[in-house]
Amino acid sequence: MKVQQISVFLENKSGRLATLTDVLGKAGINIRALSIADTSDFGILRLIVNQPEEAFRILKEAGFTASLTDIIAVEVKDEPGGLAAILKILESAGINIEYLYAFLEKSSNDALVVFRVEQIEDAINLLTKNNVNLLKGAEVYKL
Amino acid sequence: MFNPEIETMPREQLRQLQFERLKKTVELVYENVPFYKQIFKEKGLQPGDLKSLDDLKLLPFTVKQDLRDNYPFALFAVPMSEVVRVHASSGTTGKPTVVGYTQNDIDVWAELIARCVAMAGGGKGDVIQVAYGYGLFTGGLGLHYGAERLGATVIPISGGNTRRQLMLMKDFGTTILCCTPSYALFLGEEATEEGIDLINGQIKAGIFGAEPWSENMRKELEKVMGIKAYNIYGLSEIMGPGVSMECECQCGMHIMEDCFIPEIIDPETGETLPYGSKGELVFTTIAKEAFPLIRYRTRDISVLREEKCGCGRTFVRMERVMGRTDDMLIIRGVNVFPSQIESVLLEIGETEPHYLLVVDRQGNLDNLEVWVEVSEKMFSDEVRKLEELEKKLRHEIASVLGISAKIKLVEPKTIPRSEGKAKRVIDKREL
Repeated sequence: MKVQQISVFLENKSGRLATLTDVLGKAGINIRALSIADTSDFGILRLIVNQPEEAFRILKEAGFTASLTDIIAVEVKDEPGGLAAILKILESAGINIEYLYAFLEKSSNDALVVFRVEQIEDAINLLTKNNVNLLKGAEVYKL
Repeated sequence: MFNPEIETMPREQLRQLQFERLKKTVELVYENVPFYKQIFKEKGLQPGDLKSLDDLKLLPFTVKQDLRDNYPFALFAVPMSEVVRVHASSGTTGKPTVVGYTQNDIDVWAELIARCVAMAGGGKGDVIQVAYGYGLFTGGLGLHYGAERLGATVIPISGGNTRRQLMLMKDFGTTILCCTPSYALFLGEEATEEGIDLINGQIKAGIFGAEPWSENMRKELEKVMGIKAYNIYGLSEIMGPGVSMECECQCGMHIMEDCFIPEIIDPETGETLPYGSKGELVFTTIAKEAFPLIRYRTRDISVLREEKCGCGRTFVRMERVMGRTDDMLIIRGVNVFPSQIESVLLEIGETEPHYLLVVDRQGNLDNLEVWVEVSEKMFSDEVRKLEELEKKLRHEIASVLGISAKIKLVEPKTIPRSEGKAKRVIDKREL
């Protein structure tokens, strides 16, 4: 149920994101979802791609500082209160969310949201038990 | 002149005095400091081998590393019960360089500073604002005791708090300001901004040092403050401020030769060079009890001048320090070595840290930025953790250097790799 995400350190200077996406594009890596967390000096780019291991290797070769992180991809009902319902489940069990962001495309009529949580195993068990659908890595990569 | 008898002593007589004092100092360290006994023995030397002042060049050098190896007190030549004060400056990694003074040393130092303040036109009735830092740093207390010795009124305000500096300067009628030249320029600008007229005020002179500056800065300071700006030199290992000082002729700093013997050497070969040559300054203390140093290599580059000075003093003069033979930087009057940053990074577990010190002068204040390449080991995909890392680095670096630095996390390979020695410093300051 875990999905691999690539995180990359980026300085806040022009052209860095362009360079990075160009490197991935030339290697035939397709980006499924992304988000940037930034401060005044630097940013962290988080990416879900079709071939995470390969993308990780390519970025390192290109001189980027990157890491692979496990996240979960959660199907969220595309209706008012859909996300709140899931957050409530996690909160009731005291599971801390580091961050979350939405996918660019949908797998079905539901929205797809990436969650990075501290206790990932607990979160998977809990959400599955509550009939929330989590996508497997392989499903996400081939979206 | 504070002590005309000494300050204008004929050269031949001065050399005789130096030789007598040198012999005493050499005996003192040979008998009381195991380090010196050992390095003298290694050279096959005994105190009795000193037959003339020129034999000084037979003696071994002392370097900063020796001070570190003997941390904290092993180079002291008197029992600790005789030491009435210690000062310390930041070392090249972690541990500071410690120096000690007997009561007599403190008295000698006060006399030297009294001579310096007198050179700047100071005396009884002057109000002296000491804006050098007080504490382990020798600047504040050094100037303080000397100005008191002279009979002047001292304002021991220490560094920082610009508003208060200006307020007291005006209200207390400061006539002589002592601080780093960059801080003086900053004070000058702030005064203009606050509408305080220094030019027509009571302040007449500044005693500036503890960091390199230039003739351009002197002109600027003299213009902005309406003062005469004097250059003072010193280093804690030798005594603190007051090792040398400019007279009213402003043509180099007179070295207090009754207490210190200066030499200029070729930093590569260690060979002594004649007056007028550019090289590394070396000092031997000949009037210190607690912490005498034989041929201490300062790493400062300068030139010694023996031509007669218009002021009547016979002490040789050294030119403004023109640079360093090592990679030490002076930022806001504080000595900074790139290796100190390295030690912090190694401590947080970086095996091969890539970093760069970028020094800039914004307005008249020095700014230090430390660039650190984010390795995979340091990296986290959570902003919070990277910000914690930044904070930790900032804190550790501040505690090691004694000054604050801005930390900038940068991508790998951002910092230029030069062939051989890594480039660790970009100094954009134009003095």
